Amino acid sequence: MNGISSTKRAARRSVLPGFGISLAITSLVMTAMVIIPLSVLALRAASLGPTEFLAAAWTPRARAAYAVSLGASVVAAAVSSVCGLLVAWVLVRIDFPGRRLLDSLVDVPLALPTAVAGLVYSTLYVERGWLGRFLVPLGIQGAYSWLGIVLVLVFVSLPFAIRVVQPVLESLDRDSEEAARMLGASRVQTFLKVIFPAIFPAVLTGFALALARALGEYGSVVFISGNMPFKTEIAPVLIVSRLEEFAYAEATAIAVVLLAMSISLLVVVNTLQQRVARNAQ
Amino acid sequence: MPKPTITTANPLTERLLIAAAVGIVGLLIAVPLASVFAEAFAEGPAAWWRALAHDPDTRHAIWLSLTVAPLAVAINTVFGIATAWLVSRFRFPGRSLLITLCDIPFSVSPVVAGLALVLIFGRQGLLGPTLASLGWKVIFSWPGLVLATTFVTLPLVVRELIPVMEAIGPEEELAAVSLGASGWQVFTRVTLPNIRWALLHGVVLANARAMGEFGAVYVVSGHIAGVTDTMPLRVEKLFQEYRTPASMAVASVLAGLALVTLVAKFVIERQLEAEARELEAARSLPDTIDSSTQASIP
Repeated sequence: MNGISSTKRAARRSVLPGFGISLAITSLVMTAMVIIPLSVLALRAASLGPTEFLAAAWTPRARAAYAVSLGASVVAAAVSSVCGLLVAWVLVRIDFPGRRLLDSLVDVPLALPTAVAGLVYSTLYVERGWLGRFLVPLGIQGAYSWLGIVLVLVFVSLPFAIRVVQPVLESLDRDSEEAARMLGASRVQTFLKVIFPAIFPAVLTGFALALARALGEYGSVVFISGNMPFKTEIAPVLIVSRLEEFAYAEATAIAVVLLAMSISLLVVVNTLQQRVARNAQ
Repeated sequence: MPKPTITTANPLTERLLIAAAVGIVGLLIAVPLASVFAEAFAEGPAAWWRALAHDPDTRHAIWLSLTVAPLAVAINTVFGIATAWLVSRFRFPGRSLLITLCDIPFSVSPVVAGLALVLIFGRQGLLGPTLASLGWKVIFSWPGLVLATTFVTLPLVVRELIPVMEAIGPEEELAAVSLGASGWQVFTRVTLPNIRWALLHGVVLANARAMGEFGAVYVVSGHIAGVTDTMPLRVEKLFQEYRTPASMAVASVLAGLALVTLVAKFVIERQLEAEARELEAARSLPDTIDSSTQASIP
């Protein structure tokens, strides 16, 4: 059996054209654009040696930046997941005029440049803005604050949370739900015990994707956070700051820490997504 | 997307949920989107036009975005087609690694990507001295912008094409080869027509991302007004200079482009869904004629 399939494979490889040229193009672009840049980054960081690396990546300002980045991203991802579940639920389960419009609006953060999002959010939430004029007197500072960072991160990560849960909700098996209702469960009980466990992996994946998106975000945050060191400075902003001061070693070290966080999150997301795919089968 | 079936839910709960969902999307997405256009045209269309056309640095930013983004998208389209062909039609060691590597730009912060490019092409970078002696500028110049934009949009076309090419399968291409078609003929006459909607979808998304890219471009450009500022960078510079109406004008162009992207995406997705349904229907047809049909053939 093995022999036949490998012969078939070998035959197919020699029948279908283009292996050589596509391999050449792929290798060239992949090496030039991904492998070399990331390797240079890693090697430059490694050349620092452990003590210097730690000194660069673990300064008080850097630690504050990680805290702001992680803290705001986790809160934003959590808010996105909860709001995303609600919106996905309404889009899948309830028919109402304007449903298609609502569904299309969900994609806006994916297409809108982050700089535009940042500009518009900061304009909205300052004292004279459309929303700020109500919120600032109440003490809610949306602009130049940690809250502003969270708001803008929710904006960019919401579509991820919604679009992961939506298909799972759509393909949910109604039979167990109906059985539960017929057996006397209230709607809340049905949701908590039948529906939510079935969609939880997807909700979790949505959270992880939202978190990954939020961690790397730069463009929108620079407009709204005020970029105050130790208070509202996120890690990418600190990296740029160091770069502009030509402190390449420090910038590289912080970048590697950020990269490590992102890549481990990627691994987690991939594992979760495989689990969701398996459950859906 | 499928129409919801009639539920037996409490209408009051339903109305509350709808209100909450509309409130969330409205507050987070619709209001900001509307305010871009409202603020951009607050002083009238003439002022809007003046802000865009009469400022040489803004004109240059628009021109720069319109040249850098399509170039990056073109590179990624070639790369995407080549990689999708390679991955979906052949099996070779390192194939899954390649697929994983394609996803990396998604999980790397754009600023980190820009930093990596600076470490290679910057004055103090790996190739810095070599480039200086050749008189070539990459960082603080448009080649750097193209590289940065290409990096962040790398996965977008590939990820569209791989599932489609795997779903369609190589049968038609194999048939073409066995009938004597050359490689180029197979590609243009068989593959390309099959993947055109997925390709268009990827290109549209990649273009939107490329035109909107901020972080990576910010780092490699040195944000020199009139030389290396793309449109998003111009928005930021005008904002820093407290010229918010002008900033909003440029932002409104980008927002308009985003809306066009979404409409195009919607139209293309309808085509993709129709094609997927056709594929399903074709797959479920029996391969052999059944006995009753056979009997009726004279």
